[in-house]
Amino acid sequence: MYRTIIGSRVRSQLAYRTSFCLNIATSVAVGVVEFIELFAIMANIKVFGGLDFRQVAFVFALANAGWALAEVIFGQLDIMPTYLRLGRLEVLLVRPMPLMLQLITSDFQLRRLGRLALGMLIIIVVLPGLNLNYTPATVYLLVITPLTGAAIYAAFFVTAGGLQFFLIDGAEFTSAFVYGGSYAGQLPGSVLITPVRLLFTFVFPATVTAYLPALLIMDLPGAEYLPAWLGWCAPVFAAWAWLLAWLAWRTGIRHFTGAGG
Amino acid sequence: MTREPIIALQDLRRTFIVRQKAGRVRRRTRTVHAVDGITASIMSGEAVGYIGANGAGKSTTIKMLTGILVPTGGQVRTCGYNPVPQRRLLAREIGVVFGQRSQLWWDLPLRDSFRILAAIHRMPILDAATRTEELVERLGLSQLLDVPVRQLSLGERMRGEVAAALVHRPRLLVLDEPTIGLDMISKERLRHFLVAERAESGTTLLLTTHDMGDIERLCERVLVVDRGHLVFDGTLADLAARVALQRVLVVDLPEPRRDLHVAGATNIGSELDGQRQRLAFSPHQTTAARVLAEVSAMTEVIDLTLEEPAIEDIVRTLYGAT
Repeated sequence: MYRTIIGSRVRSQLAYRTSFCLNIATSVAVGVVEFIELFAIMANIKVFGGLDFRQVAFVFALANAGWALAEVIFGQLDIMPTYLRLGRLEVLLVRPMPLMLQLITSDFQLRRLGRLALGMLIIIVVLPGLNLNYTPATVYLLVITPLTGAAIYAAFFVTAGGLQFFLIDGAEFTSAFVYGGSYAGQLPGSVLITPVRLLFTFVFPATVTAYLPALLIMDLPGAEYLPAWLGWCAPVFAAWAWLLAWLAWRTGIRHFTGAGG
Repeated sequence: MTREPIIALQDLRRTFIVRQKAGRVRRRTRTVHAVDGITASIMSGEAVGYIGANGAGKSTTIKMLTGILVPTGGQVRTCGYNPVPQRRLLAREIGVVFGQRSQLWWDLPLRDSFRILAAIHRMPILDAATRTEELVERLGLSQLLDVPVRQLSLGERMRGEVAAALVHRPRLLVLDEPTIGLDMISKERLRHFLVAERAESGTTLLLTTHDMGDIERLCERVLVVDRGHLVFDGTLADLAARVALQRVLVVDLPEPRRDLHVAGATNIGSELDGQRQRLAFSPHQTTAARVLAEVSAMTEVIDLTLEEPAIEDIVRTLYGAT
């Protein structure tokens, strides 16, 4: 069943080749611009949040890989407000398939893979220069971090989607923490001011998607409230983020069928 | 074997809380009884028209019996299920067409929409292909299969919607304003198909509409809802007996003329000193052609329109009668 649905989405994207290429290019360009921004900062100060350029780039790339994976699958939840406004949700509700699965398969965005490729590329370029000790622990972290990162960012999308049921035109509000979270995740967590640092670690665990595990990989100490060992707890943070997401989503659906659009 | 009703509504209620601004910060809340104690049951194989003015509670009822909305009171069973908690089981048994909401994938050709829907309903591939082919042929969609949905006209798209709702052979087909915005030919084509489909598969039909033509062509039984209450439940013939389901022939004449009087029709008013006259007649007693012929015998007719009975008028007459 999912093969048919996703297959048709993929085919429809590939059908318009020019627009597909443009989309990929845009997705990469957004990542590149954000990277240049970081580059500009690093050109003026040699150390940013206790990390040098290579290390900052590594955090950026790890976060980007996780973000891109999450966005390919859950990015469509961004258009929840449109679905609600046009009354398209009613149509989905009379089909024998869970609503979430219908939403995430409704628009499977391959173009977002461009961002993933960019993240991977930066990792490959900076990795040799980091002089890492390749122990089983660092290898484990290198592999698991993009995955837990993706899980955490995905949970942001789902939480935001669930909140849309309550907020009329609340996309700006939810984007603030979905995209704000993604931005916070790309930076060294040590540069965030304390309240933001706490918010994006213990409520919406963005710093756990890249910065904290990267500290462990690079064998660096953490910052205030952000000890490096928290990086080991990434799966726990992911589980927490998903608990929030599940609650928001379930309450959202209940609210919808309870109040009817 | 006792037949279980396919839809059973027992004192069904739904209220909405509407918040209104009252002053700068204060909000006044008002409770709206959209559906206020409806009891009705529909047996398998029936064709039922569900009519009422805008805001009478039609869509709210439809949402409750398809599992989109939880009732605030009373009970609803559709195909033996409790709709909201058993939404996915119910979805396999029903097909729903929302006239104003598309269920097709707008950027994909119709063919793909059918394929995806069959997959969602987990139909065996061969079965799905046979069924789709059958629907495509009977709805005249074969030329349109490879056109992306966004390029279809409204009439073409509606035929696609109906086919999409029937791919999985539902026992119950719910149509919410299926003919809204369609031209006469598209309407007629759709009605023709629905009559045939029902004769062949015995599908139960529940249809809301503003068009009495839909009701007369498709339904044997009519439910009339007004402000959340059921004000009529009976056969189309019963309704016709209680409410004059009259057509109005409006004729424009070349010059002012005193009121025309024609056998089988009543003159219900004229405008512009008689240049435009309105003649009401019952389609059971005479025909539009006969009325027109009589008028033409008396004077020249420049232009004419035929008005169908408005649902609002029917509801008003029902109230007047009781």
